[in-house]
Amino acid sequence: MSDRLNRFPGGLQLEGFKELSNREPTVPAPIPERLVLPLQQHIGEPAEPVVEVGQRVLKGEAVAAPGGYVSVPVHASTSGTVVDIGEYPVPHPSGLKSLCIVIEPDGEDRWCEREPVADYRSLEPSELRNRIRGAGIVGLGGAGFPTFIKLNPGPGRSIDTLVLNGAECEPYITCDDRLMRERPDEIVAGARIIRHALQARRCVIGVEDNKPEALEALEGVAVDGIEVVAVPTRYPAGGEKELIKVLTDLEVPSDGLPMEVGVVMQNVATAAAVHRAVERGEPLISRYVTVSGQGVAHPRNLEVRLGTPVADLVAQCGGPEADVAALIMGGSMMGFALHDAHAPVVKTTNCVLAETRQGIPEPEPAMPCIRCGACAEVCPVRLLPQQLYWHARAKDFDKVQDYHLFDCIECGCCAYVCPSYIPLVQYYRFAKTAIWAQEREREKADLARRRHEARLARLEREKQEREARHREKRAALAARSADGEKKAAIAAAVERAKAKHAETVSAEGPAESGDGETGKRPPDASSRRSA
Amino acid sequence: MTTTLSTPVSPHRHAHATVRSMMLQVLYALLPGIAVYVWFFGWGVVVHALLAASVALAAEAAMLRARGRALRPFITDGSAVLTGVLLALALPPLAPWWVTVVGTAFAIVIAKQLYGGLGYNPFNPAMVGYVVLLVSFPREMTVWPAAYVVSGHHVGMMDSLRIVFLGQPGTAGLDAFSGATPLDLMKTQLGLDHTVSEIRSSPVFGDFGGKGWEWLANAFFLGGLYLLYRRVISWHIPVGMLGSLIVISVMFYAVDAGVYPTPMFHVFSGGAMLGAFFIATDPVSAATTPRGRLLYGAGIGLLTYVIRTWGGYPDGVAFAVLLMNLAAPTIDHYTQPRVLGHAKE
Repeated sequence: MSDRLNRFPGGLQLEGFKELSNREPTVPAPIPERLVLPLQQHIGEPAEPVVEVGQRVLKGEAVAAPGGYVSVPVHASTSGTVVDIGEYPVPHPSGLKSLCIVIEPDGEDRWCEREPVADYRSLEPSELRNRIRGAGIVGLGGAGFPTFIKLNPGPGRSIDTLVLNGAECEPYITCDDRLMRERPDEIVAGARIIRHALQARRCVIGVEDNKPEALEALEGVAVDGIEVVAVPTRYPAGGEKELIKVLTDLEVPSDGLPMEVGVVMQNVATAAAVHRAVERGEPLISRYVTVSGQGVAHPRNLEVRLGTPVADLVAQCGGPEADVAALIMGGSMMGFALHDAHAPVVKTTNCVLAETRQGIPEPEPAMPCIRCGACAEVCPVRLLPQQLYWHARAKDFDKVQDYHLFDCIECGCCAYVCPSYIPLVQYYRFAKTAIWAQEREREKADLARRRHEARLARLEREKQEREARHREKRAALAARSADGEKKAAIAAAVERAKAKHAETVSAEGPAESGDGETGKRPPDASSRRSA
Repeated sequence: MTTTLSTPVSPHRHAHATVRSMMLQVLYALLPGIAVYVWFFGWGVVVHALLAASVALAAEAAMLRARGRALRPFITDGSAVLTGVLLALALPPLAPWWVTVVGTAFAIVIAKQLYGGLGYNPFNPAMVGYVVLLVSFPREMTVWPAAYVVSGHHVGMMDSLRIVFLGQPGTAGLDAFSGATPLDLMKTQLGLDHTVSEIRSSPVFGDFGGKGWEWLANAFFLGGLYLLYRRVISWHIPVGMLGSLIVISVMFYAVDAGVYPTPMFHVFSGGAMLGAFFIATDPVSAATTPRGRLLYGAGIGLLTYVIRTWGGYPDGVAFAVLLMNLAAPTIDHYTQPRVLGHAKE
């Protein structure tokens, strides 16, 4: 591995708008009137409630348990009473509601029993993973993948390098910047724990060079050979594959994980959360959130309890309420628009961007593609966005995959530079969704076909078993008649057998054929017959 | 908080480049070339450029209306004007007005709009128009004025207008300053078994190409640098085209300097420089992958040389561009870049 930094393809020099929100120290957001805790704040299966309406809970107490392997618990972010478990608006691009646990705070903010670990080195990696899972920790950079899974390289695979991602390349977002300045010791402490869990040889913290204060703060506390590296400011340097390329020159295989090249990446805030979970016994119940954009008078960073409504944050930062036209969760390049201002802050909420009417003018009407190729020049994975666009538009989903649609990270560089104002990323999302839907349909059809085949096989098997039984009976009867004893008795027995046989046939036959008919008849056959 | 939030899709910002701004940049980049053109060859080029731009806009508007498309976004995108101006720059500056009208109308109506308009034309419209004129009106298309520095006569605006629109020679008489281009002269004289150095002793030749012509090439080069600097074009096509033109002309020049002109003569003559930076770089009809563009440019340079040297026409840029337009989709297919995280080929 070389110390020289490498480059990822494409990318953009963007105006950062970081100074809007990174000047002032982070302040806590007050406890809201109600906390709304979605059961799904991570990638994977949603958590399952373990509390009932009316139950009193303490700060840090688990209110929902993992609903599967790829799942983590959810904790009360203050003490209070569970007042509802139901569907509420959540931050999601679809704008759909989702199951949430609603807590009315009692204002005491009383902690539950905490179990800090004095020396993390005394714990086995598996025990550390359990604690990290138990604390509800997921990737805080935005993806929200459960952290304990990323800390489990599996048998026979060793991890060489742990990369902590402090690049924070997207415009407006400064929560990691502030965290690195204010709590560098927690980040480094978390890094050591994660490195121990992974048994990684090396640990590098990558920070874009537009954050000199953060770099300085980290360098001041870095111990144990943890390297703090300034990477060139170039969007999207904070993309997982991009930052790995820059720091190690390794390329993560297209459909693979960084683990396959011996690298694990965690966000700096995730590392700090790991430290808190292990060495203080505190589950993940709050995070740094940047509140920025033209729509707030005092853009800044807040330390927010999970479940706090976004509207509260905007109000705290002096949002001139009437002017806010859109609320973007995330940054200006990849963030999505909220449908409801009362959607809560979740584990993956790094930024809330309050946009004014002037900030988001009506989109320019899209012109035809002039094939200028500006999109290909800026693509950080070296795709041909233009070809993807043509094929996505033509709904040619085979071709679009030939051009590696699923390598697209939706960073938005292509759409940002497109002189024809074509919403390219939207086309790719549409194609991806359509392909996923097709695959689900195919799986469903496969399942139905397998079920149908299994049923036919069962019917055939049952028929043969029945026939075998009849044959045995007939053979037994024939053997007895050959004995030549008690002819009258035999005749009677033959009569009985015949009657019984007829009965069996009449009982089984029609019922079965009727079943078969309903199963096979095309849906419109009955209506045609009745008409 | 407002009750209804609007929900725009990401990215929520834009670089603010538009099709119009790109086309305007190209037009700006042509200005030094046009200025030098006027200086050496008179005001005819301006007359033709204005005429071609007007005809292009009218043809575009008529076709958009006939096709039931919105007028405003496409009339104002600058692409039709650019096509007209590029065609005018390729025409003899004192050609009759109807040459420009026919060529421009053909370029816009047939080569652009009938294929689907902006973004859909497989061939460079200006070059289609040019080739149609070259094939249909060879006489009008081969009468070029000599450069002012050679003839000592500068064709003014009024003279240009009279010649172009009325066919009346100006104060100096048409024959006094009309003749062949340096490329044309070179070709015919080589056909008469003169050596390159004999031919180059003619007063129409300067240091590299023809007098005046080489300055025109310099000016287009300057404009091309501006386009590169503003990232309107990428370096691949110009480098590919001029590179291959130089390489092949060096090879033949080395074999026989008496029959094959110098590489510099090729680069500074005819449409080479205009073609490399302004014509071949038309994104719609060119290859789009980086390696593909290099290949596409190289193909144009090569074909230009072949047509100039062994073909029936003195210059070959237009034919070369159209031939490579044909090949662009195939080139794109075979030059897809290696996607990050995919195995090296």
